[in-house]
Amino acid sequence: MDINLLTQDSETSWRIKATGKMRVPAIIYADRGLIEEMDDKVREQITNVATLPGIVKAAYAMPDAHWGYGFPIGGVAAFDAEEGGVVSAGGVGFDISCGVRALKTGLKKSDVEAVKKQLADILFLEIPAGVGSTGTINLTTQQMDRMLLGGAQWAVKQGFGETQDLQRIEEQGCMSGAAPSEVSERAKKRQKREMGTLGSGNHYLEVQYVAEVYNEKIASAYGLREGDVIVSIHCGSRGLGHQIGTEFLKSMVMAAAQYDIQLPDRELACAPIKSSLGQSYLGAMRAAINCALANRQILTHLTRKSFSRVLPEAYLSLLYDVSHNTCKVEEHIVDGEKRHLYVHRKGATRAFSSGNTAIPEDLRAYGQPVLIGGSMGTCSYVLAGANENETRAYSSACHGAGRAMSRHQAKRQWRGKNLIEELAGRGIEIRSPSLRGVAEEAPGAYKNVSAVVNAGEVAGLANKVAKLVPMICVKG
Amino acid sequence: MTHWEHYPHDADMGVRGYGETKAQAFEQALLALSAIIINPDKLHAEKKISIHCSAEDDELLFADWLNSIIYHMATDDLFFCRAKVNIDNGQLNAELWGEPIDVKRHQPTVEVKGATYTTLKVVEYKPGEWLAQTVVDV
Repeated sequence: MDINLLTQDSETSWRIKATGKMRVPAIIYADRGLIEEMDDKVREQITNVATLPGIVKAAYAMPDAHWGYGFPIGGVAAFDAEEGGVVSAGGVGFDISCGVRALKTGLKKSDVEAVKKQLADILFLEIPAGVGSTGTINLTTQQMDRMLLGGAQWAVKQGFGETQDLQRIEEQGCMSGAAPSEVSERAKKRQKREMGTLGSGNHYLEVQYVAEVYNEKIASAYGLREGDVIVSIHCGSRGLGHQIGTEFLKSMVMAAAQYDIQLPDRELACAPIKSSLGQSYLGAMRAAINCALANRQILTHLTRKSFSRVLPEAYLSLLYDVSHNTCKVEEHIVDGEKRHLYVHRKGATRAFSSGNTAIPEDLRAYGQPVLIGGSMGTCSYVLAGANENETRAYSSACHGAGRAMSRHQAKRQWRGKNLIEELAGRGIEIRSPSLRGVAEEAPGAYKNVSAVVNAGEVAGLANKVAKLVPMICVKG
Repeated sequence: MTHWEHYPHDADMGVRGYGETKAQAFEQALLALSAIIINPDKLHAEKKISIHCSAEDDELLFADWLNSIIYHMATDDLFFCRAKVNIDNGQLNAELWGEPIDVKRHQPTVEVKGATYTTLKVVEYKPGEWLAQTVVDV
């Protein structure tokens, strides 16, 4: 990105002044190195977001921002319904509520090392992963609607997991306001055999260990100590979310003129929050959030089942579950005034600061856990929402490393088989149905996640709590 | 001159089809889409399905075409290797041939979630030379 087109406000905050059709400025949180590596498209896209009706304060980009569709991945924007604000299908993305769940196991690294290959094999057997994989749960129409209304709460009632899991999930595992009637039959059909599946691409299940603790006090409150074994699950709302995103993107493009919205880019397709289309999308999108929460809950159940076969002494409890691609109604103080805003986070994580009542009571004093996904061979992070981050991107943080190289390039540079051998040599067991898929997801194709996380910490978005290093990765 | 190619995008993948007609460019784009997931040359045309879509303009029609293929791959458990497309006044009718998904044999790489409108373009860039392209979310 051409750094000369930005105004530097601080070491990690860069401003694009509101000019032309921009209603507000755009702010990118990143250090100089990340900005220089960032695609110019991020500047173009976040500038376009700043033109949308009803946007409040600024359009924001996280340190891992990269070229998306409409919104950049790593884009955050809030809209006020009372000021003609919009909801945007492109501002949420296709993989609605894609997110990360982390489970504590009560095990130490040495416990897993002894049975690592066996555990990897069983997880790969139990967790449906990759293209064409199907779950064992086949929902009837009524069951599908109940799942879309109930999310992880529905899953727990079906026997997938425990009631105490729900306390550690955003929205206590159930997004209110979901409207299964707004979800098309096509979307439901696409989901029919995909409950409890991981998906493919950058989705994974990793067994990791805590390699480093940065903040003893918060780590202790989160129940993390050096050497502890953690399981992280990264996946979303599967075919149902993809289909909803696809259908509403088109509907919103078609309706833009009717709502007198001039789109600088078709992908910014949106509708007024107070319109019937806007409300219809919100109902369907919230149902997809519940689908993602139910899906991660079922995968948690399958993970527990796998562990019980190899390490029966393990007890898997939730650290937390975060969603990346959402639009949620939140209360924020803007220039001293309390407002209800529709906060879009696309490839960005909610990162509430300490004291926020949405955080589980036992963690409230420490800030919301923020789970940053890794890339097979590198590392992941547990962060905590930084104090007073409400004034910076509505309490949001990055979501992962972000790709530095296209799949196209990665496929040419690496071979899946060699990569699996190389990672095994470093103590990381990879299991995947596709060697080419592994090559496209090579750790080297991603940005340096540590640089992204450090920039977010300096920017005052979220603070480092612990670093997690992979031992096993089941890749879709 | 009918052929297909991929083009890079940071996180996703661009699919592009070329043809002497718009319909041919759409047919080639199917191969580009399939090639993200598997090698379409190794597929057999065992099963046939029909697709219909319609849209206000060529570009939205192209996105609809790709999204219909994605939908049918997911719900009919098929990978596609050939298509015969007919486009008339915003109405697309197509026949697609493919093979039932066999994960072990096909080793599919990655799932395609949907066709975006990023870099979406359908154009006759020279007389008798059509291009249809967009980025798909993977």
